[in-house]
Amino acid sequence: MTFKSLILAAGLAGMALGAQAEGVKVGMITTLSGGGAGLGIDVRDGFMLAIKQSGRDDIEVVIEDDQRKPDIAVQLADKMIQSEKVDVMTGIIWSNLAMAVVPATVAQGKFYLSPNAGPSALAGKGCNPNYFNVAWQNDNLHEAAGAYANTAGYTNSFILAPNYPAGQDALTGYKRTFEGALAGELFTKLGQTDYAAEIAQIRASGADSVFFFLPGGMGISFLKQYADSGVDIPVVGPAFSFDQGILQAVGDAALGVVNTSQWNKDIDNPTNKAFVETFQAEYGRLPSLYASQGFDTANLLISAVEAASPADADAFRAALKAANFDSTRGDFAFGSNNHPIQNIYAREVIKEGDVFTNKIIGVALENHADVYAAECEM
Amino acid sequence: MSTILIIEQVLNGLQFGVMLFLMAAGLTLIFGVMGLINLAHGSLYMVGAFAAAAVAGLTGSFLLALVAAMAAAAMAGMLIETVVIRRLYATDHLDQVLATFALILIFSEGTRWIFGSFPLFLDIPDALSGPVTLPGGIEYPFYRLVLIGVGLAVAAGLTLLINRTRIGIQIRAGENDREMIAALGVDISRLYTLVFALGAALAGLAGALVGAIQSVQVGMGEPVLILAFVVIVIGGIGSIKGALVGALLVGLTDTLGGIFLPELFKLFMAPATASSAGSALASMAIYILMGVVLIWRPTGLYGARA
Repeated sequence: MTFKSLILAAGLAGMALGAQAEGVKVGMITTLSGGGAGLGIDVRDGFMLAIKQSGRDDIEVVIEDDQRKPDIAVQLADKMIQSEKVDVMTGIIWSNLAMAVVPATVAQGKFYLSPNAGPSALAGKGCNPNYFNVAWQNDNLHEAAGAYANTAGYTNSFILAPNYPAGQDALTGYKRTFEGALAGELFTKLGQTDYAAEIAQIRASGADSVFFFLPGGMGISFLKQYADSGVDIPVVGPAFSFDQGILQAVGDAALGVVNTSQWNKDIDNPTNKAFVETFQAEYGRLPSLYASQGFDTANLLISAVEAASPADADAFRAALKAANFDSTRGDFAFGSNNHPIQNIYAREVIKEGDVFTNKIIGVALENHADVYAAECEM
Repeated sequence: MSTILIIEQVLNGLQFGVMLFLMAAGLTLIFGVMGLINLAHGSLYMVGAFAAAAVAGLTGSFLLALVAAMAAAAMAGMLIETVVIRRLYATDHLDQVLATFALILIFSEGTRWIFGSFPLFLDIPDALSGPVTLPGGIEYPFYRLVLIGVGLAVAAGLTLLINRTRIGIQIRAGENDREMIAALGVDISRLYTLVFALGAALAGLAGALVGAIQSVQVGMGEPVLILAFVVIVIGGIGSIKGALVGALLVGLTDTLGGIFLPELFKLFMAPATASSAGSALASMAIYILMGVVLIWRPTGLYGARA
């Protein structure tokens, strides 16, 4: 090797180092078109708001739309890792997409911060030191719904959810904490819009309460049809059918329904107050829990970037794990499997002026961790 | 399982079926008369629902909303027929599928651009809301009964139109031999636009009627479109009668399958697995039905025999 090529090699190495020190590249794959677009847009807007407020120009975010299709999400992830050379990935809303993307991403040494999906498979045996969930493990909100049902005195629940990983986690979660009997248990089709058949079964079941997990448009359809059916058994569910984005489309049918969430706009801390105000000023609408999750994910990332560079994987991982940022939920800490340990609240749907929104009525589960942490070895 | 529950589920199946019929009728006419595969039919359904939600929000009148839905969908239909689809009649099906698929994307993103990404609010009018008690003590939502009535009325009206009017004669003639009726002096391009607008208006009506009990959101038309294709394949392409029978079959199979299969599986399985396996099989039921019908009658129940 000649002296010249040594200099060239050193120069190239220096450039490569320089490029890494320059900043962090984030790949966000989320759902921006089609049926579930409202969720992805909220996550993206919350995330970008935090990046903007941080004033940092060394965090570059590449955003792509997965159209809620696992095959497209996988292609986008390959592209981001191979040609965009991102350091950190985030954004996926749906558990079936997360299962398709996350294991391959962390296997290639990239970090993945989940702003929403928390399938049980990634919290237990499939956990990974490079995978962090900032939102919740899928079962959490449903476990809280079961706990709330106990305190409300319900003893006989009819439960239903779509037949996909998060739906199965939902019913498992509710059954884990609910102490009463089950009047019926149903899996519906993912994306189903007509629930007449299910409502007829609920009517005939003799249940004293209904638990349902039907995120997005599915929940809108269910609630409208349920209200019109004349069945007056009280319903309880996770926040996914009562988020800010869809309450306006449900209308009066949702009023008074109790739902469980790790976040609400009236959680009293300065970060949350500022978040709700600035989000509303920036985008002209109230934030949803998805927006708060996007916002928290970005702030976690920023806190880690301030402490270490992703090029130094061990230091960056430790900085993420420390979760040294102000969350909209107040105190925030990761459990041993990198999933949050947090309060989950019971909220009630109310009307503020013309706008339907939620109000916290109590804590359903305090400092709640998920049960899969025990199975996670890392 | 009580008789009341079964009757209620049959009504649900009928209601689902007649709404599918509104979608399938337009699709089968367009395919039968023009030989065109129109994937954008689901977008016209969405246009109807959004137009209805917008007008209902402004005026508060559900009737006006329905009129607006049909008008908006018919106009959107005429527009795409004259601008895009007219150029595709002579081409093969692959070109039509590609172009109308592009139209889906354009409609979806256009709607998002105008109305935003969040679902819109459209509710049942007060006069039609709430349950009624049917003979035998069955409580059933009044609005769903109205849907069944409207669907059957449209079916009757379409049958009259096709069998008894001059336009109907032209449509039937067009299905048999396009070149010949053009040669006989029928303004074929006007007929095509008319049929397309009629099909679009029916899709728009379905979108508005169903939008009131479901969610009005971008992409709402595509799941229905797939079912509508299943309906016209079962019924026989081009046949209104086939579309009606096919739609009712699909509606009843889907609804009753979703109820009875999990119950059936519970006889010899643990409840949780039975529920999961039963509902998985139930979502395949209509495709199994389609397969069986096609083996028995390869051109569908009322399709023209080759």
